[in-house]
Amino acid sequence: MTLAERLERIKGIVLPTLTEHFGEGTLSHAEHRGELSISVPRERLVELVRYLRDEPTLAFTMLKDLCAVDWNRRKERFELIYNLWSLDNSVRLRVKCFTEEKAPHVDSLTGLFTAANWYERETYDMHGIIFDGHPDLRRMYMPEDFVDPNSGEPLYPLRKEFPMMGVPGSMPLPERN
Amino acid sequence: MNINSSATLERVYDLRQRKILSKIIDKDTTISLEGRDPLENTMVLNMGPQHPATHGVLRVLLRLDGETVERCVPELGYLHRGYEKLGENISFHEFLPHTDRLDYLSPLSNNVGYALAVEKAAGIETPERAVWIRTLISELARISSHLMAMGAMAMDVGAVTMLLWTFREREKLYDIFEKICGARFTTSYTRIGGVANDFTPDVLPMIRKFIEEFPANLRDFEGLINRNRIFVERVSGIGVITGPEAIALGLTGACLRGSGIPHDLRRDEPYLMYDQLDFDVITYSDGDCLSRYLTRGDEMKESVKIVNQLLAKIPTGPTLADDAKNVLPGKTEIYTKMEELIHDFMLINFGVQPEPGEIYSAIEAPKGELGFYIVSDGTGHAWRMKIRSPSFCNLQALTPMCEGSMISDVVAIIGSIDPVMGEADK
Repeated sequence: MTLAERLERIKGIVLPTLTEHFGEGTLSHAEHRGELSISVPRERLVELVRYLRDEPTLAFTMLKDLCAVDWNRRKERFELIYNLWSLDNSVRLRVKCFTEEKAPHVDSLTGLFTAANWYERETYDMHGIIFDGHPDLRRMYMPEDFVDPNSGEPLYPLRKEFPMMGVPGSMPLPERN
Repeated sequence: MNINSSATLERVYDLRQRKILSKIIDKDTTISLEGRDPLENTMVLNMGPQHPATHGVLRVLLRLDGETVERCVPELGYLHRGYEKLGENISFHEFLPHTDRLDYLSPLSNNVGYALAVEKAAGIETPERAVWIRTLISELARISSHLMAMGAMAMDVGAVTMLLWTFREREKLYDIFEKICGARFTTSYTRIGGVANDFTPDVLPMIRKFIEEFPANLRDFEGLINRNRIFVERVSGIGVITGPEAIALGLTGACLRGSGIPHDLRRDEPYLMYDQLDFDVITYSDGDCLSRYLTRGDEMKESVKIVNQLLAKIPTGPTLADDAKNVLPGKTEIYTKMEELIHDFMLINFGVQPEPGEIYSAIEAPKGELGFYIVSDGTGHAWRMKIRSPSFCNLQALTPMCEGSMISDVVAIIGSIDPVMGEADK
């Protein structure tokens, strides 16, 4: 199946049902290289994902991945990308929403998918996105006290302002003998 | 010594308590004791990060009630090297060797997964023979990774012979890898647009010989252990995860198929040559450690089937795409031709520049779905490179699998998940 055929297939499955349920104008979609992404206002994210999961013709029952992208110059700085997979239809769909820089909050999906637990912890660790309603929002990889030694602010390594070399003094190094 | 006066019930009891206390307080164990009697309280046991049965630097904190695991908290990050950050700062060609270090038990299939992702982003077509080679090496990598998983899990529950036997076979595969690309472990064999070099003439006979002998050896492994009552009773019924739970947890690979869900990207979202090949998706329905173990064993047989089909139809032709703007030219051309020298200079300095947009490309790696999500802003490196690593997602199932089981089952469960920390920690 070529990429174009795949795109036609997933559009045929997803778009009519979603337009019917959510109406025109709420959702927007983009396509690139045979993949479909649906953007949703972040207030309606959980509602949309729940609908995608529970509607029998769609059945996006697997949350394969979750990540954030830092668009550092935009007002709505962080973009969240949810990668869903439908076992029944064998199609993949991306759901995206934006959140702003000052207080990057978004509702947690842990109530819908147990898989979201660690994915959201990882995204919190790397980008500092706060997932409201997450039961155990701790850092995944970095130590809990990973802060800037001068300002005391927590550091989030995948934000664009975090230097590639790291921040001196933020991680304890082995002592020299 | 007056025995009668010393051996009172109270004194023996007291002595025993102190012995138990000194047994569990050693430097490698973190315990918390509340109250006097340690047996009446729960104990917190810190397993790892340096523990032989955790397959790397996984740390698991367990709260035990006697021998029963009440709570299990995996801690990751001891091998975190920041590959996603690196991927945003170096060019696509430069990132390729780092994919070897993700799942270091099957570097060849990581290379393939990454190359496919960049090719999808940049719209590069690969020649037929390169696709064929990639399919072949992915399956060989699957056999090698599953051999390791089988052997290590058997060793974790006490069957050490199994590991030695599977290592012997794995060694033969590594000899083949060495012939293919010059390295046994960190292969970096694929290139964007194809593979680094064509097979030398002695590679195909080696693969043929291996594939001919392997089914008999696999039967030996299975004869050694699959009907061994000690092993079967040790691993069946523990670490159970049902199908719906596995889906909600986002498990992939043998962990999902061991719970009876027939999901395999090779069939559901065919890439490379998999839509032209005939193979079965193996499932076992119990969802316990034995199911996952048996799934891997049977998947190797399917891989043998695939390799045999591939060996029957060998295409000829180039192994690297003829696309000067995206594909690194060969050394001889760089040294002898001006045009190629310029292209090489441009590619090394500015790299492949996919048009702005985002792609997600996934392959069925031995451990599960290995995906690369690349956001391109049109420059030579990715704006965002997210690696969806199967081990990370599968490890999340450790908590529901372990809670309620015995402490001695924890190592068997970890072995059956088959995590590789290089990939889980990225």
